[in-house]
Amino acid sequence: MAFLDITGVRKAYGPNTVVHHVDLAIERGEFVSFLGPSGCGKTTTLRMVAGFETPSAGRVVIDGKDVTPLRPNQRNIGMVFQAYALFPNMTVAENVGFGLKVAGKPPAEIAPRVEEMLRLIKLPQLGGRYPYQLSGGQQQRVALARALAIKPKILLLDEPLSALDAKIRVSLREEIRAVQRQLGITTIYVTHDQEEALSMSDRIVVMNEGRIEQIGTPFEIYNFPRTRFVASFVGTLNLLEATVAPGGGRLEIDGQPVIARDGINGAAPGTSLTVALRPEAITITDAGGDRNRLAGTVEEVSFLGSVIRIRVRFRDNAVSLDTFNDPAIAPPERGKPVTVSFAHGDVHVLGAA
Amino acid sequence: MKRSTVGPWIAFGLGALYFLIPLIATFEFSLRMRRGTYSFDAYAVVFADPRFQASFSYSVLLALITIVLGVMLVVPTAYFIRLRLPKLAPLVEFITLLPLVIPAIVIVFGYLRLYNSSSWLPFTSNARATDLLLAFGYVTLALPYMYRAVDTGMRAIDVRTLTEAAESLGASWATILFRVIFPNVKVAILSGAFITFAVVMGEFTFASLLDRPAFGPYLQLIGANRAYEPAALAIIAFLVTWACMGLLQLVLAGARVARQR
Repeated sequence: MAFLDITGVRKAYGPNTVVHHVDLAIERGEFVSFLGPSGCGKTTTLRMVAGFETPSAGRVVIDGKDVTPLRPNQRNIGMVFQAYALFPNMTVAENVGFGLKVAGKPPAEIAPRVEEMLRLIKLPQLGGRYPYQLSGGQQQRVALARALAIKPKILLLDEPLSALDAKIRVSLREEIRAVQRQLGITTIYVTHDQEEALSMSDRIVVMNEGRIEQIGTPFEIYNFPRTRFVASFVGTLNLLEATVAPGGGRLEIDGQPVIARDGINGAAPGTSLTVALRPEAITITDAGGDRNRLAGTVEEVSFLGSVIRIRVRFRDNAVSLDTFNDPAIAPPERGKPVTVSFAHGDVHVLGAA
Repeated sequence: MKRSTVGPWIAFGLGALYFLIPLIATFEFSLRMRRGTYSFDAYAVVFADPRFQASFSYSVLLALITIVLGVMLVVPTAYFIRLRLPKLAPLVEFITLLPLVIPAIVIVFGYLRLYNSSSWLPFTSNARATDLLLAFGYVTLALPYMYRAVDTGMRAIDVRTLTEAAESLGASWATILFRVIFPNVKVAILSGAFITFAVVMGEFTFASLLDRPAFGPYLQLIGANRAYEPAALAIIAFLVTWACMGLLQLVLAGARVARQR
C-alpha cells in the first residue's frame, strides 16, 4: 500500500463532472506534479486530498488512514496557495508559528521551530516583518515555511509560483525541490507549466478534462507520450499529416517517403495518419546514416539566444526545429531550400488524423 | 492649458455657506443667553442638567450595546455569505438596505404591535426589556452602514484563501473567525461602529415612541420648552457626531498608512 492512495475519486457539481474516476498511488517522500491546462481537474483533485472539497465518490487514504470524511483541519496537511495567503495581521514569525499555536504547543517549543523553519527558507532575519513588507517570492517562501512548521504528512502546493516573475520562479522552484528533498516530505505540486513539472518532479500526472492521461517520470512523459494530448501539451511538438504509401508499410508526407520505426500497424494504403516529431529530433545539417530526409524551404527563423528556432515548410506541412546558436555560422536565410533529417525512431504515429 | 477653477470654487463656496451659515447662526445664538454679552451660560445650564447627563449616558450605553450586537450579527453573516453562500449576497444586501427605505416610524409601530405587553414576546412590559428592544431596533437602523463597512473590509482581504490556509494549519472555525478574520477587518468594523454611534446618538423616533430616556427625546423636550439651550445642545450633538467622523477618518488614514508602509 502506498503512502497516499487516491482510489476511484470522482467529483461532480450537479450534472457537471469535473473529475472522473482518478486512481493514483504516491509513495512516501515522492514529489508528484499534477500537470494540465486550466479546468482539467488538477486543482480539484488536490483540494480533495486537502479536504476542501468532498469527493462525490472514492476514497483518499493517507498513511493507511482513510481521511475522506475528515475536515481539512483534522488531516495534518501543509498547503501552499497561489495567492500566498499569509495572515496580514501577523508577523512572519507569527505566521510560521500559527499552526503550532493553534495546536496548543507552548511558546518554548514554537520559537525554536519557527527559527528552524526561517533558516530552512533562508530568511532568518525577517521574523519580525509583516507580509506587506516582503516581496512576492519572500512571501511564498514564508508560506512554505508556515505549511512545513506543523510537520505535515503531505505537502500540497497549488500553483505556488504562478504569481511570481520568471526569474524568481526558476530560483524558487529549485529551492522548493531542495527543501522537499531535505525533509523527505511527500509532495503534490499542481501546475500548468510543463517546464516546472518536468524539472521538479519524480513523477508527473498529466490530466485533461478531469481524467488522468498519463502517469510517468518526466523522461517517460516527454519522450514517450502515450496520448495525443500528452504529446501536444508537454513540450513543443510538430504534428504532421501523413498518408500510408501505396503498397503499405511506409508513410508519405507531402509526397516524400518517411519510415516510422513504431510501424503503422498494417494501416491500409491511403489512410491519413498524424505523426509527431519533437523539434530537437530534427536536424538541418545532414548527420548521415539511415535517416528520414525531407526537402523544403526555410519559412521563418527566430533567434532565441542560445537556440535558433527554424520553421521549414514542405508543402502542406511544416516543422519547427531548434539548432544551437553557433557564432561562426550565420543562421539560414528565409526562402532558402533545405533538407531536414530525423531518425526513424523519432517518428511517433499518433493514430488516424 | 490651465483650466479655470473659478466655477468649482463658486460651487464649493455656495455649498459651504449653505452648510456653515445655519451652524454659525446657531452657535452665535447659543452664546446669547446673558443679555448684551456672549457667554457659555447656555452650555453651563445644559451640562449641569441631570437629565442631560442621564439621557446622554443612556444613549452612549445603548450605542455601545448596539455596536456589540451589530458586530456579532454582521461579521459572521458577511463572512459566511462571502465564503459559503455568495449566491445569497444580493438578497442580504437588499435586506440590509431595507431600514433606509422603511421609515423608522413604521418599524417602531410594527414593534409595538408585535411585542406589546399582551403579546407572545412582551418586550414592552418592563423597562429593561424595552431597552433591549430599542437596542435591537438600533441594530436594524445601523445595519445598512455596518454591513457595507464590514463587507467592503472583507472584499479587501482574500477571505476564502485565508480561511483555507488557517484550516489546513489545523484551526477551528472559532479560531479562524477571531484570530484571522476579525483582526483583518478591524478597521472596517471600527468605521461601521462610529457610524452606528452617530446614528444612535441622534435617533429620536424609536426612543420617543418606546418612551425611553434617550438623548434624542431629551433634545426634543428642551427644544420645545427653552430658548438658548436647544441651540447649545444642537452644537454639542453636532460636535459629538463630528468627533465620530474625525475618529473614523483617523482610523482609516492610519490603516492606509499601515498598508503603504
